[in-house]
Amino acid sequence: MSASTVLYDAPGPLTRRRHLLYSVLFGVVLAAAVVWVVLKLKDAGEFDQRVIDGLTRTNVWNAIGDGVVATLKVAGLAIVLSVAFGLLLAFGRMADRTWIRVPCRWLIEFFRAVPVLLMIIFLRALTGGHGLEIETRALIALVGGLTLYNGSVLAEVFRAGVQAVPRGQSEAAYAIGLRKGQVMRIVLMPQAIRYMLPAIISQCVVALKDTSLGFIVAYPELTSQGRQIALFLHNNLMVWVVIAAVYITLNNVVSEIATLLERRLSRGRGASKAIAEVEEVLPAG
Amino acid sequence: MDWLTENWRDILVAFGVTIEMCLLAGLICLVVGFFLAALRVSPIPLGRAVGGFYVRTVRNTPLLIVMTLFAFGLPELDIRPEFHVAGWFGSDSNSDLLNFNVFFVFASSALGLYTAAFVCEAVRSGINSVPVGQAEAARSVGMTFTQTLRLVVLPQAFRVVVPPLASTLIAMTKNSSVAVGVGVTEAAFMMKKLTNDYSSQILAIFVGFAVGYMVLVALIATSANALERRLAVAR
Repeated sequence: MSASTVLYDAPGPLTRRRHLLYSVLFGVVLAAAVVWVVLKLKDAGEFDQRVIDGLTRTNVWNAIGDGVVATLKVAGLAIVLSVAFGLLLAFGRMADRTWIRVPCRWLIEFFRAVPVLLMIIFLRALTGGHGLEIETRALIALVGGLTLYNGSVLAEVFRAGVQAVPRGQSEAAYAIGLRKGQVMRIVLMPQAIRYMLPAIISQCVVALKDTSLGFIVAYPELTSQGRQIALFLHNNLMVWVVIAAVYITLNNVVSEIATLLERRLSRGRGASKAIAEVEEVLPAG
Repeated sequence: MDWLTENWRDILVAFGVTIEMCLLAGLICLVVGFFLAALRVSPIPLGRAVGGFYVRTVRNTPLLIVMTLFAFGLPELDIRPEFHVAGWFGSDSNSDLLNFNVFFVFASSALGLYTAAFVCEAVRSGINSVPVGQAEAARSVGMTFTQTLRLVVLPQAFRVVVPPLASTLIAMTKNSSVAVGVGVTEAAFMMKKLTNDYSSQILAIFVGFAVGYMVLVALIATSANALERRLAVAR
């Protein structure tokens, strides 16, 4: 506890005792709240054998497994397509020609400002009447909507990453006669990728979370499966707690990778500042 | 354009519900978010741990799951808050704007508690952005933790926090559309309904609702800019 914060002094014996008292009081309040919640759940029969038996059934966990696979499939597709779309938009946004640059900027601003769910609902309605199966329509809508939104967010990340590379790098590259495309490909991108990776992975967590919107267009991913299980077991509380736990575990794994990567990548000179700059363009929430 | 001319009243009501959701959720997220931020910088280790746990858990849970857990799970515990304001005035109006059913209350609370995690992070990074010397000086004249925070650090942090807080509130406004998943009749619900009823005008409907949300977002951004200018000090 020495220099970890400047908001308060390193505590002396008296203060330490006071903090201990606060900790104990806070702990008691917290424990009381937990006990109250548990009792309330027990009273409502959420810990009954019926619920526990239901949640340990093999077919329930098979359904959850199917949901996880579908969720990962959508998330994987959406992330790969988002990176491609984002690169396209980012290059367009950084183009020399105004007639490419300005429309790309508008597209990025538009897709970033509109709720992702609106795009999903729009695409779902748009794919109607072509004889497509319901599940295919839902998949196109979900992946398409996530791609438009996350692609636009990533486009800004890519741009910020390229801008975070010291100017001398591109100046030197131009000076030895490289063309714009070469400067980008050979000099800027390989350096920028270090600064961008943490932000890209944070956005992967967002995309993974947003796949739950598949429920609204009836795609059988984890949230839709959760709804089926909730109906099947006639339980709406513990089932969702379990589903939430599955999502948290999935996302924790991805977040953990991001933290590890950030620690590794931020070793270089000025790298952690550049990484923070790139992360600034991510939308909050 | 008959989707608009025939339904403009319902569309306005739906956006009204969205605004009401945002007001309630905004209030909750600011109160809870500031409290969490205080926990996370407090000298009590248990408080820091609880704050950190809350933020990490909520950030990794999809909003729709939080809303579902509230809106479908809590009624199983016989928790059913609803407010039929229309009844208070003896009127029998069925307008969604005056009747706050269980789904509205729970979806808004869930949205607020979800956003609180992001508010907490914005406030915390604001506190960390105040130069170290400020807190050191405050402490060296004998101020306690609470005094340092209340009189020196927070007033300065608030200035830095306005822009990230505004973008958090903007994200919250966009996220309110998720409430269609638990059956709140807000703007995204109306859009979904209209795309079913007027299948030949889907693009116009999409652009129309997108513009509606953009107006809400612009409103928040403009007020944040105004607030930032008011709080700005010449250095």
